[in-house]
Order: sequence, then structure tokens, then C-alpha cells
Amino acid sequence: MPFRPVILWTDALIFVLVASVVAFAWYVSRHEHLRTPWRKVAHSRYGMAAAVVLAIFVVIGLLDSLHFRQSLDTRQADGRTNYAVEVLSVFDLIAGHLRTMPERTYSAPLAVYAFAKETVTLPGGGEAREFPRLRHGGAHLKDPQSEHSSDVLQRVVAGLGVAAVSWILLTMLVAAALAHRHEVNFGAMLDALMQGRTAVPWRSMLITAGAILVVAGPVIVLSGHYHVLGTDKVGQDILYQTLKSIRTGLVIGTLTTLVMLPFAVLLGIMAGYFRGWIDDVISYVYTTLNSIPGVLLIAAAVLIAQAQMDKHQEMFETVAERADARLLVLCLILGVTSWTGLCRLLRGEALKLREMEYVQAARAFGVHDWQIMTRHLLPNVMHIVLITVVMDFSGLVLAEAVLSYVGVGVDPSMISFGTMINNARLELAREPMVWWSLASAFVFMFLLVLSANLFSDAVRDAFDPRLRTGWSLPAIFPRRSVTLAPAR
Amino acid sequence: MFAYIVRRILYAFPILIGVNIITFLLFFVVNSPDDMARMHLGQKRVTPEAIEKWKAEKGYDKPLFVNAQAEGAGKLTRTIFFEKSVRLFWFDFGAADDGRDISYEIGARMWPSLAIAIPSLLVGLACYITFALSLAFFRASYIDFLGVVACVAAMSISGLFYIIGGQYVISKLWNLVPISGYGDGLDTWRFVLLPAAIGVIGGIGGSTRLYRTIFLEEIGKDYVRTARAKGLSEPRVLFGHVLRNGLIPILTGVVVAIPALFIGSLVLESFFGIPGLGSYTIDAIEAQDFSVVRAMVFLGSVLYIVGLILTDISYTLADPRIRLQ
Repeated sequence: MPFRPVILWTDALIFVLVASVVAFAWYVSRHEHLRTPWRKVAHSRYGMAAAVVLAIFVVIGLLDSLHFRQSLDTRQADGRTNYAVEVLSVFDLIAGHLRTMPERTYSAPLAVYAFAKETVTLPGGGEAREFPRLRHGGAHLKDPQSEHSSDVLQRVVAGLGVAAVSWILLTMLVAAALAHRHEVNFGAMLDALMQGRTAVPWRSMLITAGAILVVAGPVIVLSGHYHVLGTDKVGQDILYQTLKSIRTGLVIGTLTTLVMLPFAVLLGIMAGYFRGWIDDVISYVYTTLNSIPGVLLIAAAVLIAQAQMDKHQEMFETVAERADARLLVLCLILGVTSWTGLCRLLRGEALKLREMEYVQAARAFGVHDWQIMTRHLLPNVMHIVLITVVMDFSGLVLAEAVLSYVGVGVDPSMISFGTMINNARLELAREPMVWWSLASAFVFMFLLVLSANLFSDAVRDAFDPRLRTGWSLPAIFPRRSVTLAPAR
Repeated sequence: MFAYIVRRILYAFPILIGVNIITFLLFFVVNSPDDMARMHLGQKRVTPEAIEKWKAEKGYDKPLFVNAQAEGAGKLTRTIFFEKSVRLFWFDFGAADDGRDISYEIGARMWPSLAIAIPSLLVGLACYITFALSLAFFRASYIDFLGVVACVAAMSISGLFYIIGGQYVISKLWNLVPISGYGDGLDTWRFVLLPAAIGVIGGIGGSTRLYRTIFLEEIGKDYVRTARAKGLSEPRVLFGHVLRNGLIPILTGVVVAIPALFIGSLVLESFFGIPGLGSYTIDAIEAQDFSVVRAMVFLGSVLYIVGLILTDISYTLADPRIRLQ
């Protein structure tokens, strides 16, 4: 076999998560009362625009979660294949040229010459201090002085062309699909789409996709021959690093909630429903955990996990597996420190719900406690759970960067926004300044968190109308929502 | 009220015992003293004698819970659990790995932490409330909308960006204040200014938005409509009625954070080289000095519980309708 699949712990959990999201979506789609709030989310313009950005991040993260080890050419005596120590992902294959174009050290975005002067041997003998050419960045240029800017410009134009063509194709495809679904003719659908008259804000989504394509097109075309965002100290491409960081951010933001959710939901509902000593015990546990300063608990747990992992080196075959184990520990401990808030909310809600008539009636009929909790209480607190999960995401992504700075975040060998910022922050003191590494990490993190924040606002608005997030302003931006009449 | 406070203080003890047991389990059972010694002395080629010597120096050479060899009460007191964990209850933190007394360090490092935290808390509160109230004043207009957009954007920026950006622009480019460090006496303000300002800016998005929601909720209530019906001007409604009632949840939310100000901000202090408790903790984490980390965990929990009690008291002071029993 040319490769051997590697399923890291976090990969497995991500697949479980994806499966449960799909199952949840299927369940919701079959129940009208559950579908209503989601429809409201789908009708929110900023929410869906954010969802487009998030979806792209998620696709990159998922591609980066399919890991494998390539086989080596050498075979062992007994005919078994040897596999490379390096664990790659499908994303690495797609972005292969980014990974395999290392420079010697720093280089500025789109640079052709190195960042620092080096002593080079002149062809006619003798030595000189000058900026040497990069190994890969712009290596195809014969005379960089005159060709560089025109070459970059050509590629940008080509990239924009590609972007424009694919955007038009995408628009046509969406219009065709919608026309088919609503049974109207294609022209009318395209008109409605362009004027933003569809119930689901397809126009906003297409504009977002267009904006992404305008940036992504030139970047993709350029990245074959240049380091679009420069390289870092060891000459690794920054664009590649930022794209790899996305998976780490997503894992921290989602798996942490996945880990904590069962505890928080079960204990919260139990405390509120049973009251008495069960409530006392559960309240005691979460007050105790809550009173330990979060960062310190995380620091202690990660340090100890690191010590244990150093002691049991033999458990990990590759560096990636080790880094992954530490990431999992980080998710677990972040989960332990963050479940208390949700648990307290659910307890309060369950205390209120247990006095409702339908719960009283269920109890009068002799329904088992467990059934009351799962069939009557759980569905009625799900909106709180959902809002919390979506809102926690952005905070966790930001927390990862801070924790990595403190030294208790992800493994230093794992690429993440935190490790990028941590490695790059001292470079600002250099003259001339190395700013591209920091800037890219911050910009990508900002985009990820901003889109998560906007999406979570849309979810919150839909599921808890009482809370106003300040986005829906009907007076200023009137929505013209016209349901399309089928053309008969 | 007095009885309530006494009961709350008594209730704090089981929680602190729980905190103590958790930290003890983390630091001594999961991670045995042998592991600790090996970590400090280096992973490889450590002789058993060296480990024993290190443990004896630090006082980790005793049994965990019960010392069978000792006499009488010594059975319980001459153990790691008693010497390292129970003693925290009378704030006897012992010595750090470098031999310095932890209690003394905490007493000395508390002041720089407070010098940063108190100004940024007060200025921040004033800023956030002002912004939130003006957004509420211009509610459902472009100004409000743009304000919320700005808040969400500010919320999405990593705190590290404000710190690094602030240091770069203010200190390096404009040379207004020193990049990092701390001084005594009159010079202190030059070192405090930037970190405190960044502390304020870091929380501006989330807090302004939260307070705006609180004010808008108040504005929707009946007494505000009555005030308007009486013919009061909009500023008087906002400042006389909405602000005063909106302040109750805001202030009680702040009170819980006041005791934690002693701990300071871990990241802010270590970026700006301020010799406060936050940077003390970070240094301890980096040096893997567990006795300091343990002391800070305990101190943090105590302060959190104090904060909770203060919150309850401040509720009754701010809103006479609430009675503690």
C-alpha cells in the first residue's frame, strides 16, 4: 500500500463530532418545530455570510484531519513496507508545494531576495555581502530586477480571472439549483438572486464567496512560485502555517465543548430536577472547580501531562501523535474548567421547568424520573445548550493563543495561531521588522473568530429572541423577502 | 444579614478543602515526588541518590497521607499532605524552589499588580458605561449599529494583538512610555500607563456590548415609559432612571472580580515585565515550581470565594428589595 492511514485521537473525535452533527441535522430536518429557529438562522444575512467563511475554514480543517503516513521505497527483509515517520494529511497533499518550498530563513512576502545579507562567492572569484536569491521564491525569474513586478502583476490578474470565472460558474450553479427546486425558470431565479429577493440570503452568501475568491484566486496562482506571506525563521512558508493553524483552532473550539457537554447537561439537569442532596453535591463540585483559577488549573494539568508523556515516550510512535495527545489533554482540561457555567445555567432552568404543569402531569402519571429528564426537560433546555456551544467557540480559539504564550498550550511542534504568535513576537524588535508572520496569524485568527461571533449571534437571535444582539434593525435595513411564486 | 455572612464563610471551608484535595491529587499523586525530582534534575541519567537528596531538601521525602513510623499526632502531621497542603489554610505557603519565602513574595508583588489592575478597572468601567449608554441613547440608528459592529470586531481581536501592537506603536515608534519594566515612586505612572490602557481596550468590545444589552432591557420596562409619559427629557430618563437601575447588575458583576485583581493579569504582566503576582505565577509555571503554583491556586480560590460573598452583600446594598437570609 502506498500509504497507511493514521487516525489520531483528535481525528477520531472530530469524525464522531461530524457524525453527530449530521445526525442532529437529519433529526432537526424531520421536525417542523425544530426547523423553525434554524430557518430563522438561514434567513439572517450576516449569519449566513459568516457561515460561508466558517464553512471554508471547516473544510480546510477537515481535510487537515485525514492523516496518513507515506510508504518509503526501502523494504524490510521480510517484505513489509516501511512508512515515513512524518504524519501527513490530505491537506498537505493539496498544499504540497507550500510545504516543500523551504527557504533558509526569513523572507518577506512575495520576495525574490533573502531578508538578510549573506556572504556569497562571486562567479569571477572573490566574495561579496549581498542579498542572495531565494531558493524557491521567484526562482523562475531570470532577471528579478526588471521582471519581478510585472510577473507578480500578471499572476494577480490571472488569479482574478480565475476567481471571476469560478464566481460566475458558482452563481449560475446556485441559480440553476434554486430554479429547479422552486420550479421557476432560470432567468427569473437569477433576477431574484441578483436583487436579493430570495428568502435565504443567497446574494449575501455569493458576495462573501466572491470576496473570498478575489483574495484566494491570486494567492493560489502566486503561491506556486512565491511565498505569498513570506517565510519564518526556519524558512517555512507562513501561508502554509496559517492554514495548518486552522485545524488546531477548530479542534480546540469544538472538541472542548464536545468533551464537556455530556457532564454539564446531565449534572445540570439532575441538580435542578432532583434538588435536595444531589443538588448540594453537584453545586459543591462545580463551585469548587469554578473557584480554582482556570489558567492555573490548565497550567498544572498540562505540565503534569507533559511530564507523564515524557516518562512514557514509548507510547507515541511519531511526533505528531505526541503533539496530538497533548492537544487532547488541553481540550479535556479546558472542558473541565468550562463546563461549570453551562451546568449552572441548566440547573437554574431545570429548577424552573420542573414546576411546569406538563412535568407535574408526567410525574402524576408515574413517568420514570429518567424519562422525564430526557423527554420533557432535555428538549426544553436544548436552546441554552446550543447557544452556549456556539458562543464558547470563539472564546476558546482566542484562549488557545494566550495559553500557548504562557507555555501551557499546544505542543511547540504543533502549528497553531498561539505558537506562531509566540515564535514571532520577538521579531518585531528586528531591524528591518519581520511583521508578516504575526500579521498573518492575527488576521486569520480574526477572520475565524469574527465569523464565529457573527454566526453565533445569528443562532442566539433565532433561539432566544429575548436577547437582542443589536444586529436586526428593521427600520434601517428593510428586508424585502418575497416568496417566489411557482411559474405555472 | 450577619448570620448569612457567617454561614457563607463557613460554607467556604468545604470548598477550600475540595480545592486543596484537587491540587494535592494533581501535584502529588498523579505526579509523584520522584517525577518532580526527575523533572528538576533532568530526565536522563539521574541517580536514585540524587533524587532522594532533592526530595529531602524540599521536604518531599515523607509518606503521602499516613506516616507509620512517627509517634502520636506525628502520624498525621509529618506527611506531605499535612506539610504541603493543610498548612495553606493558615496561609503558610512555605518556600519556593529557589528558597525564597512565598508569603513574603506575595506581599511584595501584590502592589505592582494592584497598580495596574485598579486603574484599568475604574477607567474601564467608566468608559464601558459611557459608551454603552450612548449606544442605548442612539438605539436603532446607524450610530448604534456601527457601535455594535465595532464591538463585535473588537471582541474578535486577540488580546495579544492589543499588547503587541500597543508596545510596538506607543513604545517603539513613538517612544512615549518605556516598553516594559517597573519603577518605584513618582516614575511608576510611566510604566503603568500602557498596560492599564491595554487592559481597558482589551475588554471594550465585550463589556460595552453586554452593558448596552442591560441598558436596553431597562429601557423597555414600564417605569421608563412612565417617566417619559411624565414628560421627562430623554437624557434625564437615561441618567436618572435607566443608568441607576442598570448599574445594579453591572456593579454586582464587577464586585466578583475585585478580589481577583490581586492576582493581576498573567499575560499583561509578563509582557510588560511588571513584577506582580501574574508574572510571578508565569515564571513559576515556566520553571515548574509547583509550590508557588499551588500557593497561587489556593490564594485564587480564597479570593474567588471572597468575591462571591461580596457580590451577595453588594446586591443588598444596591437593591434594598433583595434580602439575604
